[in-house]
Amino acid sequence: MSYVAHDASAFAPPAEVREVELYHPKTWLGKYVFSQDAKVIAIQYAITAISIGVVALVFSWLIRLQLGFPNTFSFIDPSNYLQFVTQHGMIMVIYLLTALFLGAFGNYLIPLMIGARDMVFPYVNMLSYWVYLVAVLLLVASFFVPGGATGAGWTLYPPQAILQGTPGESWGIILMLVSLAVFIIGFTMGGLNYVVTVLQARTRGMTLMRLPLTVWGIFMATILALLAFPALFVSAIMMILDRTLGTSFFMPAIVSMGQKLEYAGGSPVLFQHLFWFFGHPEVYIVALPAFGIVSDLLSVHARKNIFGYRMMVWAIVAIGGLSFIVWAHHMYVSGMNPYFGFFFATTTLIIAVPTAIKVYNWVLTLWRGNIHLNVPMLFAIGFIFTFINGGLTGLFLGNVTVDVPLSDTMFVVAHFHMVMAIAPVLAVFGAIYHWYPKITGRMLDDTLGKVHFWFTFVGSYAIYYPMHYLGFLGVPRRYYAIGGTDFIPESVQSMNAGITIAALIVGAAQMVFFYNLVRSYFKGKPSGGNPWEATTLEWQTPHTPPTHGNFGRELPVVYRWAYDFSVPGAPQDFIPQNVPPPEAATGARDRA
Amino acid sequence: MVVAIVLILLIVGSVLFHLLSPWYFTPIASNWTTIDDTISITFWVTGIVFVAVNLFMAWAVIRYRYRKDRRAEYEPENKKLEWWLTGLTTVGIVAMLAPGLYVWAKFVDVPDDAPVVEAVGQQWHWSYRFPGKDGVLGTVDARYVSDKNPFGMNPDDPNGRDDILISSQELHLPIGKPVKMLLRSKDVLHNFTVAQFRVKMDLVPGLVTYIWLTPTRAGKFDLLCQELCGIGHFAMRGSVVVEEEAAFQAWLSRHPTFAQTSAQAAGDAAAGKPLYAACAACHGAQGEGTPALHAPKLSGQGDWYLKRQLKYYKQGARGTHDKDVFGKVMVPMAATLVDDAAIDNVAAYIKTLPDRPAPATVKGNASNGKQRYVTCGACHGADGRGVQAMNAPGLAGMSDWYLVTQLKNYKQGIRGTHPQDQYGVQMALMAAILRDDQAVNDLVAYINTLR
Repeated sequence: MSYVAHDASAFAPPAEVREVELYHPKTWLGKYVFSQDAKVIAIQYAITAISIGVVALVFSWLIRLQLGFPNTFSFIDPSNYLQFVTQHGMIMVIYLLTALFLGAFGNYLIPLMIGARDMVFPYVNMLSYWVYLVAVLLLVASFFVPGGATGAGWTLYPPQAILQGTPGESWGIILMLVSLAVFIIGFTMGGLNYVVTVLQARTRGMTLMRLPLTVWGIFMATILALLAFPALFVSAIMMILDRTLGTSFFMPAIVSMGQKLEYAGGSPVLFQHLFWFFGHPEVYIVALPAFGIVSDLLSVHARKNIFGYRMMVWAIVAIGGLSFIVWAHHMYVSGMNPYFGFFFATTTLIIAVPTAIKVYNWVLTLWRGNIHLNVPMLFAIGFIFTFINGGLTGLFLGNVTVDVPLSDTMFVVAHFHMVMAIAPVLAVFGAIYHWYPKITGRMLDDTLGKVHFWFTFVGSYAIYYPMHYLGFLGVPRRYYAIGGTDFIPESVQSMNAGITIAALIVGAAQMVFFYNLVRSYFKGKPSGGNPWEATTLEWQTPHTPPTHGNFGRELPVVYRWAYDFSVPGAPQDFIPQNVPPPEAATGARDRA
Repeated sequence: MVVAIVLILLIVGSVLFHLLSPWYFTPIASNWTTIDDTISITFWVTGIVFVAVNLFMAWAVIRYRYRKDRRAEYEPENKKLEWWLTGLTTVGIVAMLAPGLYVWAKFVDVPDDAPVVEAVGQQWHWSYRFPGKDGVLGTVDARYVSDKNPFGMNPDDPNGRDDILISSQELHLPIGKPVKMLLRSKDVLHNFTVAQFRVKMDLVPGLVTYIWLTPTRAGKFDLLCQELCGIGHFAMRGSVVVEEEAAFQAWLSRHPTFAQTSAQAAGDAAAGKPLYAACAACHGAQGEGTPALHAPKLSGQGDWYLKRQLKYYKQGARGTHDKDVFGKVMVPMAATLVDDAAIDNVAAYIKTLPDRPAPATVKGNASNGKQRYVTCGACHGADGRGVQAMNAPGLAGMSDWYLVTQLKNYKQGIRGTHPQDQYGVQMALMAAILRDDQAVNDLVAYINTLR
């Protein structure tokens, strides 16, 4: 174990970087708006993503109001109901979670945690944010064009996405596809930056096997995204061509509403393969950063090294690799060749092994720790519990035979919200409570944080746990109204009403969080540089919040892994990564 | 500490919810009990892991919560423990995957003796086709689809001549016999789901997909579309009746073959004229309708729609609800048309009558109604002229007060609830979006602007 912990051979004298090598902004606009500082770009990403996320949260209320209290609200009809469903999903997955984990956390944490002054391509990094903003504005614009936004479901399946009978089939879908294409262009600029920065700009001594797991998670997620998004990009372009020029990439011969259309020979299933070739890695694009963040939160706040660090790294890499050969488990009943089921069920269940290892290691990190039950730790524990639930229901849907009766039901909705909505969002909240002191120099309010945690964690469970049972009954997803059937009992309506009330409460509880963010910015308790007594480099900066260039005159040198907590014999229960081992420190003095 | 107790409560609560709540799989009605078995196995394996891992976490939180005088243990790795956990997990995975793949091998392996039945999906209803005596379905193609040939049958394919066409949302299947369901879509993706059968599959335009099953329980089961197919997705509902062979054969024999539907003579307007005399008493000599007698305008309405409604009145699918006061009047009237030919003839005569828009009588806010009409227009057409392929009658220029009455009937369950009213079910679901009388009036006021 010694080489991950103390590797004296990697010792090197501190690097000195002259001021002139850093471009410091000279104007207000250059510092706060068109900034090339990754930290400012991170905040810009975060504010934009959370703002559009609030819109998607409101859509989720509208969806739930209709399902909980059908025939009550005259402003929800079958057409805009589908628009709410579609835009809620699309915004939350792409424009909120992907942008937040990679654009916001990636930008803020990667340079600080690896001991770099900034991303390696600051200008491209800045462009990345502005292109993302354009994508968000295009998406918002699609709400206001004739016919409104697309209501084709976040999967945008053709043929219906571009045919009459689906809301937004004229302009909404085109803007949606263009917005996605622009998003991907913006992301690619940022993503290449993150990968190159992690590979090239680590400070001395920061070997790959000393990287904090947060960086590993974001790094691997970025690689996945760079490989997966092109599939979505080409399918968006091809669908735009089908819609505008009448090509037939995804369109077979169709008789729509009694009219024969000019399409022939295309394949709707081809689109689904392309979409899920992107869509499944997308799940891990959201999950892997959450995995990394939670690992670090657990370790810091349990005052214990992460259990099985190397296994954790290899699990992240294995999950990332496997995530590219499981996509068709979203398509067991899509009409693809059913023999694919054997292959994809097997690969999908194999991915459960590295995922389970991660869960065990989180729990084993708590075991024999010295656990501070502060707000970041509560969110981390909430994440584990929620993720276990969502991961286990994934074993139902991944196993082809079990999937068949559950596919396209509310079970699927419950599963993916547990595993890639609630769990990652709990990780995001934990991360914000954890790193807010570094970003602002002030602590978030503890009491408000606990109120926020309890409503969010228990409330989300109340929403999604019972929802699985709607799926067992066979209640379909994306239904505006259940109406009368012979197999869905009346009592389902009361469950739906209960779920809606829980959803409204959980949504309202987020206002406590926003209030906390704003209030603490002005009135929060000053945090100092390292309030959690953490080991990673971002907590060792000379200034809090860190200034442009992050580390002042000298870049830190790394001597140990990120998890030296409660090392026997050490005076304190943590040793920062840049503290030299005693013998190396002596060596440094001798050489000097 | 609190968090550990809450975790334990959530674990216990989840298990109790599973055991005690009334919500679970609906009783199975097909041979696929093996699918239910794989679900049970999955429940056991995942349930044990859920309880064990979470309880361990809760215990660890209690046992190792922060104390000033304690230090965490420093143990970066424990290879032995990690390999044990990996091994156990693999065993659990195999325990779920192996039976899953075993059952899937049956899913893809259709019994050789299973006859085929085709289910055809379109926005937003179902129809079905049986292969007839030769046991072979005729070829179809989108280019053959028309109002007269909704199935898109190839007229030159001899195999298709005896295909039995079921232009109804209701499918019958014999009990205890395997059947291979071929699934075909005319327009967009759909999904053939009967919850009690457990198996389901998407309908994909350009492809023919399949599932197979053996119905094991007699009864009538709801058929739902479970793949998003547009605004009317939630209203795309059919049914499957499972019954004894004899009853099934009797039902099948009541439906026409493709040869019979193509040979069907068009109605004779001249022969229909004397029959119309009975109608004219209320509906007017020109079919213009008489509001005072609660008789709507007929002229300009699609003859296919009039024929269907006349048959409903004759069969008792309309005009039998206690509260349908004026519908009841139509029942004896429709009975005067002795057979289908008479119905065809009178409808053909009505088609010859001049179509002048009925006077607008309903007051409402047309611009509010326009917003609502987005949903209606999906089937009835943006111009409100009706679309035969969608089974949606004309609305524009028809008696507006009648539209109001019927929308209210749909809302109150007076119309659209009879099991034989094939397309009324959809309207009952759709009319529910009109929350009050004002919304109905606004909508009809907008329809009045379309004339």
